Amino acid sequence: MAIRIVLAGEGGQGVQIIANMLAESAYAEGKEAVYIPNFGVEQRGGVSIAYVQIDDKSIGSPKFPKADIVVALSNRAVDRTRQYVDERTTFIYDTSLISAAEIAEEAMGIQAIEADPRSQRTTELTDSTKKKDQVKLPENAANTIGIPANDIAKNELHPRVFNIIILGTLLKATAVVPLERIKEAIEDKLGAKFEKNPALRELNYKALDKGMSLVERLV
Amino acid sequence: MSEKPVKGSRRVFMTGNEVCAWAALAAEADIMYGYPITPQTDIMQYWTRLAPKYGRKFLQTEDEISAGFTTVGGVIAGKRAFSATTGPGNTLFQEPMSMAEMMRIPTVVIIPQRGGPSTATVIYSQQEVTMTTFGGNGEGFRIVYSTAGHQDLYDYTIKAFNTAWKYRFPTFVLGDGYQAKMREPLTIYDPAERGIEMVKTEPLVGLPGTPGVDRPVQYLRNTYNTEEELYDVVMSIAKDYEKAAPEIMEWQDFDTDGEMDVLILAHGVVSRAAQGALPLLKDAGIHAGHFRPITLRPMPEEQMRQAAAKAKRILVVESAYGQFLKLVKEALYGMDKPIDTLLRPGAGVTAEEIVHRIQEGR
Amino acid sequence: MTREKVALAPHMPKCWNPDTKPHKFCPGCGHGLALKMLGEAIDELGIQDKVVFGCDIGCSLLAWDFFNVDSVQTHHGRTTPVITGIKRARPEIIGIAYMGDGGGYAIGAQHLVNSATRNEKVTAILINNTNYGMTGGQMAPTTLPGQKTETTPYGRDPKETGYPTLGPEMVAAIAREGAYVARGSISNLRQLKKYLKKAIQNQMDGNGFSFVEVLSSCPTNWRTNAEATWSFVEKDMAEYFHVGEFKVPGLKEEK
Repeated sequence: MAIRIVLAGEGGQGVQIIANMLAESAYAEGKEAVYIPNFGVEQRGGVSIAYVQIDDKSIGSPKFPKADIVVALSNRAVDRTRQYVDERTTFIYDTSLISAAEIAEEAMGIQAIEADPRSQRTTELTDSTKKKDQVKLPENAANTIGIPANDIAKNELHPRVFNIIILGTLLKATAVVPLERIKEAIEDKLGAKFEKNPALRELNYKALDKGMSLVERLV
Repeated sequence: MSEKPVKGSRRVFMTGNEVCAWAALAAEADIMYGYPITPQTDIMQYWTRLAPKYGRKFLQTEDEISAGFTTVGGVIAGKRAFSATTGPGNTLFQEPMSMAEMMRIPTVVIIPQRGGPSTATVIYSQQEVTMTTFGGNGEGFRIVYSTAGHQDLYDYTIKAFNTAWKYRFPTFVLGDGYQAKMREPLTIYDPAERGIEMVKTEPLVGLPGTPGVDRPVQYLRNTYNTEEELYDVVMSIAKDYEKAAPEIMEWQDFDTDGEMDVLILAHGVVSRAAQGALPLLKDAGIHAGHFRPITLRPMPEEQMRQAAAKAKRILVVESAYGQFLKLVKEALYGMDKPIDTLLRPGAGVTAEEIVHRIQEGR
Repeated sequence: MTREKVALAPHMPKCWNPDTKPHKFCPGCGHGLALKMLGEAIDELGIQDKVVFGCDIGCSLLAWDFFNVDSVQTHHGRTTPVITGIKRARPEIIGIAYMGDGGGYAIGAQHLVNSATRNEKVTAILINNTNYGMTGGQMAPTTLPGQKTETTPYGRDPKETGYPTLGPEMVAAIAREGAYVARGSISNLRQLKKYLKKAIQNQMDGNGFSFVEVLSSCPTNWRTNAEATWSFVEKDMAEYFHVGEFKVPGLKEEK
C-alpha cells in the first residue's frame, strides 16, 4: 500500500532528518521509498518541506499532488502545505504553531546529525507571517489532529528532541515501519554520541514513545 | 591499481548525486573537474570525499568554462575525465563541449537540470534539453542519456564513459534536480561482475617516443582555413555519428501494443509520471501507452514513429515549454497525428496531472 | 653542399617542424623570434618528447604546427585551462600554453589569474604586441595610451578605456612561492631565451606557475617600417612594460 507524506516546518526544526529516517527505515524494511527535500533558495530561512513516499511497488514521480498525511510544524508550514490536503488527508499540526522567529537555536537538536546542513539552519528572519490565532487550518482534511509536541519537548524533555517526537507520531500514524527499525536508524546516526552520553539515548527513545502516544494509527 | 570502490553488488539508499559519484568511481573515472552549482555540487562533494581513497583526482576550477576545458584537457591526456554542471553552468559548458564535438573528445558531463531561463530555481526542470542536445556552435554530435531515477543514474553514468570512449563523442547524463536530491533505493555493482568491460582510454598527446623523430606529431585541430576543408571534416563526423546512432539509441515502451487512444511521450523523470498514469487511465477506460526515449541524442525516431502509428493522439509531457516537443515533432514529421501537450516549464509533473490532462481533452 | 649554401641555410631549432617553414607570420612579426627562442629552450632542455604545446586563437594559432611536439589548438582564451587539464591528468607532461595579450589578459584573464593563484604547474607564454593582430588591429588590454588601433582610431584614451594591463606585475602579485614570472622582449633574445628556459625548468622542478610575457612586434597592424617597429618595441613599449624577472623561486626579493 502506498503512503504519501508531506512534512513541513521551519528551517531548524529538523523535518528533513526525520523524513529521511522514515524513508530509509522503510527501505531497510524491504519497501520502496522515495524521499525528496525541497531545496529552493528560500530554504535559507524559509519553510523546509520533505516529501516521502513509501510503497510496496516502484514509485513514480518524486513529488505528488495530495498527501495521505501532512505534518505542519509552524505557521508558515500550515500555509505552505495546504495544497497537499484533500478529503483523504490526515492533517497533523503542532498546537503551538510557532512562527519562524520563535525557533530557538537549541531546537536544532538531533538535527546535528549529518544531513543537508541547510535544513539545520535556524532562521533569523523577522517574522512577517500571521499570528497563531490568524492561521487557518485546512478545512477539507479527513481529520485534523493537533499535537503539543513543541510544548512537550520544551517542558518535559528537551527542545533538541522535538523532531523525534514528531517522528514517533508519524511512526504510530503510519505503522509503516516497526519501532525497532527506527531505533536502529537513530542508533546508526547517533550511536557514537550515545556512547559518550547514554542519557541522550534515553532522551531520544522517550521522545519517540511520547510522540507515539499522541496519536492512533491512521493509515 | 587500488582496490575496487564497488565490489560485487549491493542495494543502497542514497541521493542521486551520491549515486553519480559512486558510478564514476565504479567506471574507473580518473579525474573530475568542476565548479560548484546547485543542484550539482554534491557530486563534487561526494567525489572529493571518495576519490582520494581510490587514487582518483579532482580539480575545482574558476568557472564552468574552465571546468569544461580542463575536462577536455584531461581526456586529451588520455584519462577518463568528467565533470558535472547545470543551468547557467551548462550554458558556459557549451563552449568547451563544441570543441569536444569538433575534436572528437570523449568527455562525460552529468547534468542535473535546474530551472531556467537565467538563475531561475535551483530545484528542477527539463529545460536544458535543447542546450544539451544541440548547444554550442555545433551540429549536435553528442550523446545524451536522459535518466529517470537512481538506477538509471548509476547504469548510464557508467555507460556514458564507455559510449563516449567507444564512439568518441561528448556524452551527457541528463538528470534533474529531483533525481539529484532525492533518495531512493538502487543496486550499485562492480561493472566487471556484470560483464561490463570499461572501454580502454588512450591519450591524444604525450605518446611514447619523440614526435617527428620516431613517431608522427600529434596536431589536434579545431580550426580550418577553407570551407571545403571544414565541410569535409564536419561531414566525416556526421557520417560517423549516423553510423553509430543505431547502436547507441535506447528507448522503452509501455503498453504500446494494439491500438491506443493516446500515446504519452515523455523522457527522464517525467516518464515515471507517465508510467504511473497508465493504470489510472486504464481504470478510466482509456487505453494509453507510453514511449520513453532514453537517448535524446541520437533520438530513436523510428521506434517513436512505430509507437505513434498505433495511437489516435499523442500527448507530449515535459517540465519545459516545448523543448522535448520540438524533438518529437522532428521525429514524427510527416505523420498525421494530433499532438496535445502538457508543458510545465521548471515544474514537476505527476501521474494525476497527466490523467487529468487526458480526460480534460476528451 | 658548398660552403655558401651551408652559411645560407637558416639555423632552425631541432624541435621545429621544418615542413611548416617558412612560417606563416607576417614579415617583421615578433612571434617567429619568440618561437625560435622557445624552440631553442626546448632543445637545450631536451624535452621535445615531453612537451604538449597549446595554442590560443589569434595569431598564436599560427604556431599550431610550428614544432615537432604534440600540439593542441584550443579556443580563444582557453589555452590555460586546456593545458591545466592535461597537466593535472598527466603531471609528467610539460605543458606550455601559448597565447596573445587578448587571450591572456581579456577573454582568458580569469584563467590566467586563477591558474596563477592555484600555482598550476604549467608554463604560460604571452605575446604582447599591443593589439589584436589576427582580427586586424583592434585595441588590446596592452594597447599603449594614445596608440591608434582600429577601435581607438583617435588613440587610446585611458579615461575611457583604462591603462594597459601590466600582466607580469599582476601575476607576480597574486602568485605565491614557487611561481616564476618575467617579462622579456624580442629585442633581447638571449635574455628572452633565458627567461623561457627558466619558466619551463620551473615547471619541470614542480615549483609552480610560470609566466613569461614577451614584448613583440606587429608592423602589419602598427603600419610601421622596420625602424619605427623596433623603436616602438624598444622605446615606447619598454618604457611602459618593464623587462625583467618579477618573481623567481628561492629569491626573497624579486625585481
